[in-house]
Amino acid sequence: MSSDTKIKLMQGNEACVEGAITAGMRFFAGYPITPSTEIAEISSQRLPRVGGKFIQMEDEIASMAAVIGASLTGLKSMTATSGPGFSLKQENLGYASMAEVPCVIVNVQRGGPSTGLPTSPSQGDVMQARWGTHGDHPIIALSPSSVKETYELTIEAFNYSEKYRVPVILLMDEVIAHMREKIEIPNINDLNIIDRKKPKAGLKNYNPYEVSDNELVPPMAAYGEGYRFHVTGLTHDETGFPSNDSNIASNLLSRLMNKIEKNIDAISLYEEYKLKDAEVALVAYGSTARSAKSAVDFCRNEGMKVGLFRPKTIWPFLEEQISELSKRVNKILVVEMNHGQYALEVERVASKNVNVEKMGKFNGELITPDEIYAKIKEV
Amino acid sequence: MTQTSELVKKYFRVDKLPHIWCPGCGHGILMRATVKAIDNLGLDKDKVCIVSGIGCSSRAPGYMDFNTLHTTHGRALAFATGIKMANPELEVIVITGDGDSAAIGGNHLIHAARRNINITTIVFNNNIYGMTGGQYSPTTPTGDRGTTAPYGNIDKNFDLCNLTKAAGATYVGRATAYHANLLTKLVEKGIENKGFSFVEAVSVCPTYYGRKNKKGDSVEMMKFLKNNAINIKAAEKMSNEKLMGKFLIGEFHNSQEPEYTSQYQKIIDMFQKER
Repeated sequence: MSSDTKIKLMQGNEACVEGAITAGMRFFAGYPITPSTEIAEISSQRLPRVGGKFIQMEDEIASMAAVIGASLTGLKSMTATSGPGFSLKQENLGYASMAEVPCVIVNVQRGGPSTGLPTSPSQGDVMQARWGTHGDHPIIALSPSSVKETYELTIEAFNYSEKYRVPVILLMDEVIAHMREKIEIPNINDLNIIDRKKPKAGLKNYNPYEVSDNELVPPMAAYGEGYRFHVTGLTHDETGFPSNDSNIASNLLSRLMNKIEKNIDAISLYEEYKLKDAEVALVAYGSTARSAKSAVDFCRNEGMKVGLFRPKTIWPFLEEQISELSKRVNKILVVEMNHGQYALEVERVASKNVNVEKMGKFNGELITPDEIYAKIKEV
Repeated sequence: MTQTSELVKKYFRVDKLPHIWCPGCGHGILMRATVKAIDNLGLDKDKVCIVSGIGCSSRAPGYMDFNTLHTTHGRALAFATGIKMANPELEVIVITGDGDSAAIGGNHLIHAARRNINITTIVFNNNIYGMTGGQYSPTTPTGDRGTTAPYGNIDKNFDLCNLTKAAGATYVGRATAYHANLLTKLVEKGIENKGFSFVEAVSVCPTYYGRKNKKGDSVEMMKFLKNNAINIKAAEKMSNEKLMGKFLIGEFHNSQEPEYTSQYQKIIDMFQKER
């Protein structure tokens, strides 16, 4: 530990705000909903102290809209919500994808569907994070397993959103959000903070969606800087104005998808634990991965060759890594607090090579190491 | 006085014209009156941001050479709130429709008014959902027909000026496509007001509202506006009998209240002093 790091005891939701402010977040719009509420509360306390702005909007839809407006005006912006609030944000989340507006959306998942289990943990929004809004669209979603990682991945979420001009979802769960852990806050100079690329100075005709050769992400001006550009959620050409031309529509969507697909290596974050000689691989993320890690240790103590693959990047799906994993082990067990959402993707990629089992729990209680251990013995 | 042709050259994206509105639609007049107000005030084009939602009215920003944003249905004011908060130096103007602002966006309208955030909202009110083909809106007069009110609309229509005044807007006015000069004046005063300004601009829609309700062509509909609009000051001296079936135009409300972004700036300044 270098002398300029700070050690703190911090809650997951608090670490999220600290990470966001470190990443440069200067605008937060939100609407309170359990179990994400502390993110709004702490943002309201912290932001004016760093010259940033907080606003409690009238609903979740308005919050997402205000975040997009502020980002287009040059501020790094974030909103936070849970389950039903996340559903409400989806239309404008699609708008941010289409108009390529960087922003971070935190979803501290809670039991569902509908108002479901408000204060209970769940990982039930994996598919909503990917496909919640309508139409084909790119998305990045990250899922932290500890308070420290919440801090780190919130910064990463801002970095990705700025770099690729996409909305990035921080897909948390209630356990991580409300847990308190020791966290080392690194010196900001040791961190990599990415800001959106600006258009070249003195540009006469700025086309907000024009990309130069071999580039997939257009530079981004802010309202008020003198370019007077137009932004719409309609299919648009490089000038930003609507177009019904089928070639333009197809090229735009391809570029939007490609900017994620062609950079998948840079976005793929994961951890492997005791996987080298493993015969059985657990796949788990978020708080569930912590129980899975303990279960691996139980099994190893008894000589069973079990390891853990822990995705931090939930979307885009870590296809290459899971495919490779499926060739090395005899069995994959996907553990998650839902009815098998991530397991579907694992099956899609891995089931031709290996038997994929799933273990889900959706009663508002977290999955314990013992339960996973018992399931491993069973399979 | 600036001629229309000069206004077009100065403030419109000429390559995006002609506009998509139907022949006889009042929206072009309302858009011109808005631009005229901006010209009269001599605003810096780079510092003006025009935001709209979805619908006929909401295509206006595309034609106007400012910072422009065409958002999702009903959400223009929420996007605009983010813009104004992020950069309070921008003059933020929202152009929205009766469906956009009063139905799907009704909640955002009352809350933007309540906050008294310095945004000028102009509702191009054509009393109908035009872009989707003539369904009744929250301002369609009771009894009138729309494609979704084939037997006559039983909803009571909204008085948006009374609504926004009650919600906390500090400047409220109404004019019509016929009273375009009054509209320019109201928009000017709305922009100058340091707070939430609401201007209802009554339009004409001969294609859907007019035809469905046998209101005649655009000229007939403009005559209706001319003959039935009473200035709020003149109305004060008129009997209830004489006011039957008429509607009011003019300046409804003008007051001073603390503005939202400057109130927030005070909180930021408090911490800057501490340092």
